[in-house]
Amino acid sequence: MIRSKDLLGIKELTPEEIYHILDTASGFRDVLRRDIKKVPPLRGKTVVSLFFEPSTRTKTSFALASKRMSADFVNFSVSTSSVVKGETIKDTALTIQALGADFVVVRHGSSGVPHLLSKILDISVINAGDGANEHPTQALLDLFTIQAHKKKFKDLTVAIIGDITHSRVAKSNIYALTKMGAKVRLICPPTLMPAEVEKLGVTVFHSIEEGIKKADVVMPLRLQLERQRKGFLPSVEEYFRLYGVTTDRMKLAKESAIVMHPGPMNRGVEIESALADGPKSVILEQVTNGLAVRMAVLYLLAGVKK
Amino acid sequence: MTILIKNGRLVDPSQNIDGTRDILIKNKKIEGIYPTGKGPDADKVIDASNCLVIPGLVDIHTHLREPGFEYKETIKTGTMAGVRGGFTTLCCMPNTKPVNDTISVTEFIIEKAAKEGACTVYPIGAITTGQNSEELTQLEALIRAGCRAFSDDGRPVTNSQIMRRALEYSKIFDVPVISHCEDLQLSEDGVMNEGFVSTIVGLKGIPKAAEETMVARDLSLCELTGGRLHIAHVSTAGSVKLIREAKSRGITVTAETCPHYFNLTDDAIISYDTNYKVNPPIRTPEDVEAIKAGLKDGTIDVIATDHAPHHLNDKEKEFDSAAFGMSGLETAFALSFHLVKHDLINLNDLLSKLCVNPSRLMRINKGTLSVGADADIAVVNPDTVYKVDSSQFLSKGKNSPFNKWTLTGSIEQTIAMGKVYDWT
Ligand SMILES: [Zn+2]
Repeated sequence: MIRSKDLLGIKELTPEEIYHILDTASGFRDVLRRDIKKVPPLRGKTVVSLFFEPSTRTKTSFALASKRMSADFVNFSVSTSSVVKGETIKDTALTIQALGADFVVVRHGSSGVPHLLSKILDISVINAGDGANEHPTQALLDLFTIQAHKKKFKDLTVAIIGDITHSRVAKSNIYALTKMGAKVRLICPPTLMPAEVEKLGVTVFHSIEEGIKKADVVMPLRLQLERQRKGFLPSVEEYFRLYGVTTDRMKLAKESAIVMHPGPMNRGVEIESALADGPKSVILEQVTNGLAVRMAVLYLLAGVKK
Repeated sequence: MTILIKNGRLVDPSQNIDGTRDILIKNKKIEGIYPTGKGPDADKVIDASNCLVIPGLVDIHTHLREPGFEYKETIKTGTMAGVRGGFTTLCCMPNTKPVNDTISVTEFIIEKAAKEGACTVYPIGAITTGQNSEELTQLEALIRAGCRAFSDDGRPVTNSQIMRRALEYSKIFDVPVISHCEDLQLSEDGVMNEGFVSTIVGLKGIPKAAEETMVARDLSLCELTGGRLHIAHVSTAGSVKLIREAKSRGITVTAETCPHYFNLTDDAIISYDTNYKVNPPIRTPEDVEAIKAGLKDGTIDVIATDHAPHHLNDKEKEFDSAAFGMSGLETAFALSFHLVKHDLINLNDLLSKLCVNPSRLMRINKGTLSVGADADIAVVNPDTVYKVDSSQFLSKGKNSPFNKWTLTGSIEQTIAMGKVYDWT
């Protein structure tokens, strides 16, 4: 069912593959509700994480997902390893493979690094976020969460708000949601909208009031605070006034609308604190679902003939 | 030592010749051109039946890397790559280590090329010391040492006042000032063309405006000063339009493009293959069409290679941190000849852009088969179809996006200063 040994991005997946991952994840979601949350399918397998950018959440999620599947999880620590001494990424990757890893979970600030590793390595490469390209497991867990609440994707309206240009989460979600038949709206200042993004089949708004209207799902993105310094925004305060997702603005969305956030949140910047903690928020559910989705990805890639 | 090249179709735009002729070389010079079969006996005879006999190609934009980056290329290997590609004259850019901003570097290049080079090399001096855009180099001394033009290539001259002074002062010597047009703020951290493809792959884009705003600035300065501005590596439709308009008003500008700007588009970067990473970046199909139109109507005078060889270690890495540039000398002719094969321009115009115009620009007696000129000749089989294998390049730089491409038009022999390189 899954064609590639690697998960590089949502771009590379068919809708059937996406459904297959979601179905598999739903089985593991049940496992996570049990008292004993460990299952044996990846016993004897080794997952190595290779994170060139700091991330506690995603790395921990992959670590727990691996352990729940009975795999060994090892962190290849970039900051203390030879990587900082100028070793090339190719040499690092080959080293990890030679150590006997079965999976390498990679995060890198430069787009295309998982693709580079995929060409070099025989073992499975899982993209845990590359530059401004993709963060596929985030989009999969977002789909899983949406499906749990909305039961379908077709004709759902999803509003993604924030720094689209620099957001791999936004990119993966655009591919994922449009492939599943949802309508995607992007809301952000023109300085943070990537070139010709409409060609991806999305609708662009510069007004949050317009964009959020009658939405089923509202998804503010984390705003990197250094964008202000780079001249994308006059100030963070102005950003919140123009694009902050608030309880008031949520009234424009559908009554049944849910609020999602990929985390970590800047409360009071892209999302009002009360809303994040309120009944419309599914943010913590996303975190739990992330585990199930990552278990499913490991499980399915392990089954691909290498 | 005499060499007769016989039975070929001799094409030389500098003399308006296009027909079957024999050509005789004596003492490293062109001795005479004869009707086919009427050439005199010679010590060596090259049968060029079914082949084109053309002036050796002249590249005004080569990075030979020496001194300083000998692991990427040397004058020896770079000139060998040149003759392999049919080039017999290379003008090398000054962004070496140290920068070619003093006569000692210029003299080093000239001596090294005389000793080890396979063809003629003319150095291009830096416009500003250390390419820092702050103070002019000693232009007169550099010209006396052998520089034929000035450029800070690799970087723009960011200071407009200094660029103005360079265009003014260089008029004393009638030398071109070659501008690498790039607004460094607009292109900051960019690694490819900004557009739909950069959005898809998530790489930082370089907008076309980063090139065009500088082209516009330099055209204004050229108009102001009457200096000899030459725009390097034109990559966008907007630049072509600006240059066309400036020329129509009589501004003394010339322009070049490179084979990759009319053969490649940015969608190739979906694979993250760093061999496509070049500055300025490869653009969109509309830009490719505009570049071709600019070549056809004469807006673009010269096809140059921007040969930028790199070691595998500088390319086999993250796209963001991989080096910019392509190894171009050994594919440039066939990639340009493609334009003739597809009737976009005729062979005469192509050779004007590869031989005659570059020589005129540099005020050198090259790119011609006229009697008395240096014996710099390429023999080309226009019908040979072959597959590019960059691992076989004579350049140290195997970084070619055209690896595995099927091209038409092979260099059979190159004669550089009377020395025959036979590739058959
Ligand atoms: Zn340049």
